[in-house]
Formats: sequence, C-alpha cells, structure tokens
Amino acid sequence: MRRKLLCVAMTLSLGAAMTSQANTLRMAEASDIASLDPYSVTESNTLGFLHHIYEPLVRYNADLKLEPALATSWELVEPNVWRFELREGVSFHNGNSLNADDVVASIHRAIDPNAPIRVNVPTVVDARKVGEMSVEIVLSTADPLLLNYLTNVYIFDKEWMTENNALNAIDLRKGEENYATTHANGTGPFQLESRQPDAKTVLAVNPRWWDTPQHNLTRIEFTPISSDATRVAALLSGEIDLMYPAPLQDVKRIDSTAGVKVLQAPSLRTIMFGMDQRDDQLHDSDIKDRNPLKDARVRKALYQAINMELIHKKVMRGNSRNSALVVAPEVPGYDAALNQRFPFDPEAAKALLADAGYPNGFRVGLDCTNDRYVNDEEICQAVVSMWARVGIRANLTAQSKGNHFQKMLGGGSDIYMFGWATLPMLDTFSALTGFLATPADKLGTWNPGGYSNARIDSLIDQISGELDEPKRRAMLAETLEIARDEVAVIPLHQQPLSWGIRDGITLPQTPDDKPRLWYAKVN
Amino acid sequence: MLSFLIRRLGQSLLVMLAVALLAFSMFRYVGDPVTNMLSQDASVEEREQLRESLGLSEPLYVQFSTFVVQAAQGDFGISYRNQRPVSELIAERMPATLELVAVAFIISLLVGVPMGVYSALKPHSWLSHVFQTLSLIGISLPTFVTGILLILTFSVTLNWLPSFGRGEVVSIGWWSTGLLTASGLKSLILPGIMLGLFQVTLIMRLVRAEMMEVLRTDYIRFARARGLSNRAVNFGHALKNTLMPVITIIGLQLGAMIAFAIITETVFQWPGMGFLFIQAVSFVDIPVMSAYLLLVSLIFVVINMIVDMLYFMLDPRLCADRGTANSH
Repeated sequence: MRRKLLCVAMTLSLGAAMTSQANTLRMAEASDIASLDPYSVTESNTLGFLHHIYEPLVRYNADLKLEPALATSWELVEPNVWRFELREGVSFHNGNSLNADDVVASIHRAIDPNAPIRVNVPTVVDARKVGEMSVEIVLSTADPLLLNYLTNVYIFDKEWMTENNALNAIDLRKGEENYATTHANGTGPFQLESRQPDAKTVLAVNPRWWDTPQHNLTRIEFTPISSDATRVAALLSGEIDLMYPAPLQDVKRIDSTAGVKVLQAPSLRTIMFGMDQRDDQLHDSDIKDRNPLKDARVRKALYQAINMELIHKKVMRGNSRNSALVVAPEVPGYDAALNQRFPFDPEAAKALLADAGYPNGFRVGLDCTNDRYVNDEEICQAVVSMWARVGIRANLTAQSKGNHFQKMLGGGSDIYMFGWATLPMLDTFSALTGFLATPADKLGTWNPGGYSNARIDSLIDQISGELDEPKRRAMLAETLEIARDEVAVIPLHQQPLSWGIRDGITLPQTPDDKPRLWYAKVN
Repeated sequence: MLSFLIRRLGQSLLVMLAVALLAFSMFRYVGDPVTNMLSQDASVEEREQLRESLGLSEPLYVQFSTFVVQAAQGDFGISYRNQRPVSELIAERMPATLELVAVAFIISLLVGVPMGVYSALKPHSWLSHVFQTLSLIGISLPTFVTGILLILTFSVTLNWLPSFGRGEVVSIGWWSTGLLTASGLKSLILPGIMLGLFQVTLIMRLVRAEMMEVLRTDYIRFARARGLSNRAVNFGHALKNTLMPVITIIGLQLGAMIAFAIITETVFQWPGMGFLFIQAVSFVDIPVMSAYLLLVSLIFVVINMIVDMLYFMLDPRLCADRGTANSH
C-alpha cells in the first residue's frame, strides 16, 4: 500500500514537473526586486516585474500606449475629479473578486504620506466609491497626467490587506515589517508561487486571468545574477532564456553563439550633462572671479566640442541614439522637428570660448557615475579628451552612484552626468519639473545646477493643468526648444537597452526596459 | 584560567566596538542611501525628512551609540533595500554561506593534505614538481578569474554544472540546505572549488614544509631505526605531529573563508551573507552593512578565542609562564 502511494506520488510529481517544464521562461536580471510590495519602492525594475502579479487601472501596451486594464472606461466629472468604471469579472489570485472597495483602499494606501510610492501620484488627494463597480478619484488640481500616474498604482484586494494587517505600505522609519513585502495577491496574468530573495522568484500562470492571454507561458522563473560574466555564461550555457542587461562588450560574443542573440534598441533614458549655472564661482576651476558656465556661449562651446558621432560609434558601438532633446521619441511631447543637434565643430567652439572671454579655455570639474549608465565612465573619458582639444581642462571624477548623486544633488558639482527616462510619468513634463524648472519646493529637484528660465517656469505652470492635449503638446515642444537653444543641459544620447535572449522566444522589446512577459511566446 | 577568559572577553568586546566604530565612520563615504530609496521626483524636503527620520542627519557618535544600544538588545533594524529585519535576512543567508564554506573546507583538506604529504615524502618526484607549480598558480591567480574560468569550462563549454545559484534547496526548520538534492550538490561543486582552491595550495605548502621538518627530527630517525614500517612512521608519527600547527592555521582560515566568501558568492550569485553585504554596499544599506561587519568581527573574535584556549590546554608552559613572569 505504502509503495503504491509512493508510486502515485512520484507519477504525480513527475507529471507536475513535466507540465511546468513545458513553457517555463527563465529570466535573469542584474539585481533582485526589492520587495513584493509595489507601494514600497519606486524602482522601475521592481515595479516592472510586479506588473506580472499586480495590475493597475490602466496599463501600457507593448507600444507604450495607454490601454484599459482593471478599469474599462473613465471620464472627467469635474476638472479635478475622474470617474472610473471597473472591469466586471476580475478576480484576485485568492479568489476574491474586484470591486470599488478594493480600488478605494488601494488608492488610499498609495497616497498615504508615508508610503514610498506617494511621490508617483502627486496630485491625487482622495478616492471614493460611487457604485459597486465605479470609483471617483479626486485631485488637488486638474492634471492631464493622471492616467500615466495610475499605471504605477497596482490594485490590492482590500479583504486580503485587512486580514493581514497590510492596509498601509511599509514605513521604513517605523522599523516594522509588512506582510505585503513577502506575500502577494494581485489580479495579474501570473501568480506568486515561491520567492527566495536574491535567489529565485517563481510565478505560475493565472488560469483565471480576465484578459485573453497573448503569451503561452506556464511559469516564470526570475533569478537575479549580478555578475555580468556569470549572467552571460548562464545564457550561453542554456540555464536561462532571457537576461538583461546584456553587457555591451559581450554583445558580439552572444550574437556569434548559436542559439542565442541580443535584442538591442535605444531606451527612453537620455544621458545628459548638467552644468552649474547658479554659483558665482565654480568648485574646481582656475577662473575664480566668475562662473563661465553661466554664459550660454560657453555651454554651447562645450556642446559643440563633443563629437557624438565618435562616441556613438566607438564607445557605444553603434547602439545609442544621439539626441538634441532631453526626451526620447517615444515620450509624449517629443517633437521630431526640433531634434537637430548643434554640429560638432571644435573651431566654432574655440571661437565661442574666445568670444566669451576664455581664449585659453579654463579648468572645470566633471562628475560622472561609473556604475549607473551604460559605459558612463568611458563616455566621460572620451569627452574629457574632446574638451581638451578646445582648451577645456576637465578634471574627471568617476565614482559609484551613491557618492555621485550625493555630490551632484548637494550642488557640489561643476558639470555632472545624469540620465532621465521620464519614468514613471512617461511624459516630457517629467523632464520639465525634474531638471528644467527653477528649483523651488517640488520643482527642479534634479536641477542642482540651477538653470532658470522664466518662460519655461510659466509654461510649466500652464502645462500642469492643461487638459487639451494638442495645446499641451505645443507648450511642451516650446519648452524643449528653449532648453535646446539655451543649452540648459548638454544632451548626449539615449542609451541602448540590450536583452540577451534564447532563440525560439519572441518578446516585444519595450524601450522602458521592462520586459512584459504577457506578450512572450516560447516554442 | 578564569581571569584569562574574562580578560579575553573584555578585549573581544573592545575589538568588536572598534570594528563597529570604524565601519560607521566609513559609511559616510559610501554615499547617500536616501537617493536610492526615493524616486527621482522626490523633493529636497522629502529627502531631508527621510534622512531625518532614519537618524542619518544625527552626528556620527549619536548614530553609533544608537546602533550599539540596539545591537546589544539584538535589534539590528530593518534593511533599507530588502525592507525586512536585518537579523532575519542574515539568518536566512547564513546556511548558504556555511554550507559553501564547509564544502570548500572539506575539498581543501581532502586535496591539500595528501598533496602535501606526497610532496614531502617524495620531494624530487615529477608529480611533486607538478603539485608545486599548480600551487603557485593557485596562489597567484585571483579567485574571480578562477571562478570565471571554471564557469566557462564546466558550464558553458561542457555543460556539466550550473553556473549560478544554489539549485533546489530543502528547508529543515529555518535551515535551508542544498546538500539533499542533486541540483543542490551539483551547484556546490564549482563555487566550492573556487573558494577552496587558495586553501588547497596553502594547506599543501604548509603540510609539505612542516612534514619535511618533522621527517628530519630524531624521533623519526629512531622510529625508522627500530624498523617500524614506512606507513607507521609516515602517517602514525610524522603526519600526526605535522598536523598540530596546520590545524591552528586552517582553523583561523575558516574564519577568513566565511568572511571572504564574498567574491565567490558574487561570481556565482550564491545567496549567502557575503552577497547580501555586497548588495548592501551598492545600495548604501547601512543597517545590513553594520550588522554584517559586526558578525564577521564576532566570528574572528570567537575563533581566536577558541584557538587561544586550545593553546592553553595543549601547552602547559603558557600557564607556568604567566604564573612566574605575569607577562602577556
């Protein structure tokens, strides 16, 4: 009898193993997701992965266009009140069905002043139930970007949160644990099977998903592999099916191996140099009586002295997209007509410097990361030698992101490298408020250089409440044009995404660097 | 003995406090954790507020004393990155590191001791020369290079062994073990070799040198003169006396292996304590970094204390010295 049972058990487990092997996608990324609670982080890799388990009211499709998810339709009741009709027949992984109470409780959890995700929904002040399947979201002011914001607010089950005392997101300041950090219950195409932090997170397909699956996966195994060489080796040896980022220096090697390839495309992230235009004297310069970077001619000279074609070809190996604007083409507000770089021209740069009163150039500090952007340190080294040719002696400090951003945001840098993907907002407005606005309160938090233009500031004010989309786009374009012409920052390029992938897997490569595996097919 | 023990304990505490203080004074150079914790859109005030409430704007000595007081009560705080209690995180990762170190340790003993014995007994045979050369390579190659080479050979080219992770693990209470599954055992081989390789060469050289020394002593000659078999002389007398200093050294190395499994764990994505620490450094996760450094100093202090006490028991002269000269 015992033996018989054992046999049955073995066949069962064998059977389970066979089906689970059937369409498993094994994915590796450089770092693990920080938490299973989408309200406790703002990191895009964590939010991107958790989108497989949890879903928002509206989501982006594979072309980064908004589409209905848990809400089927919405309308403006008042300029600052939106009404959402919820999808019928959606159930959470624990079997509870979605209703207005869940959405209200979720929004309240997200807008709690201590919830880390609060910053992603800045204008939302309340949510209220107006029917069993309809909810109103109240804003502090008219906001054309509400839908963009909501793509990052994943909906929880109220009963589940209440049962497990997780109605509030974790507050690190209190030093308490939160049930949702280690457990998950969403409505998404996949449900959590197991998780070992820094080792493996396994998702199984959700058979009751409300949407018609375009994928054919039954399981996702997510493994963080932080060492580049190991991640490449794991792909080459067939232990994983998809990995990102694929290190640029290994792209050729992966492509030349049978059975695997690299998908590459420019991402949303624009890499730029910001410049100190606020202080009367630079921190690391031989010009002591004034700040040369306040002069737009000097900034333009720095711009024109950089040979972006060379960086594109040599440093980025042809995989970046040079840009004159601070946002990528996929970002609403981008205007192709404006995307004209000032030409690379060392002679013109020298003339501009002489014109501004620096015929022999000057010394300046340049701060870069060495572990944040694709080839960040190499780009800066190349720029240093290009600037040297027009007499700018840049003193390069390349350091880890923690130190770099501390120095930069503290206003201690002369010229600093930073990247902007406009995420999570996915709109040009993010760049405006982030680093083109004059620093004040919530504006210009990434503008330690203190670039300031009154016209841009007044446009930002108008854009923030403009609900007429064509008008809004026109104003966005105007700010981009001003910033370009004044050389508010020196835009370089959109850095590439590169995903290593096994042959036989099809997956759209979305420029926000979030693999959406509900579009993945394994054969 | 008791006074010695008490004095030792006091010294150990001081050492640990010093390590914690050093660690704390270094954290300010690692960067600002708040930038990593908040999104790009967070305002200056929000950053300041978070820094304030995490106690990061306090002067160093206040942060340090808060940490010491809480650590003394067993509270190491909540990880900034993983958002879970640090003690829980470390307890969860400890089995992975300890199993890896145990395997590496066994490999280094099983390979290193016989190699050392052989090259001591037959110093001029060609195999001894091969061992010597290999040990030179083992000592001079950086461990991450050996790790990558192992992965390239055994995972990518031959496809025999996994290149990362622990494989399937089985939980026995809070202890997760990879020793009970085939994939778990397979996963242990490469990192075990990588971590053990340096120890192999060290042990081999140590055993060889010590044993050659012992083989020259009078009692070995006497044993041979008495007509004892080679086996009895070499293994019964020579090896036994060789192992005393060897055991001391490798005991201390054990601590080093636990502390420095970091590189192996990073290369093989081994979810152990060292890997936790490396990730904490890149996120500026201060609670995890301080707890880990404290734990490592504790391991060293404990091992040193055990070794000291072993000396005491093995060598009665130490007691006598202290009694007469009262020197330390």
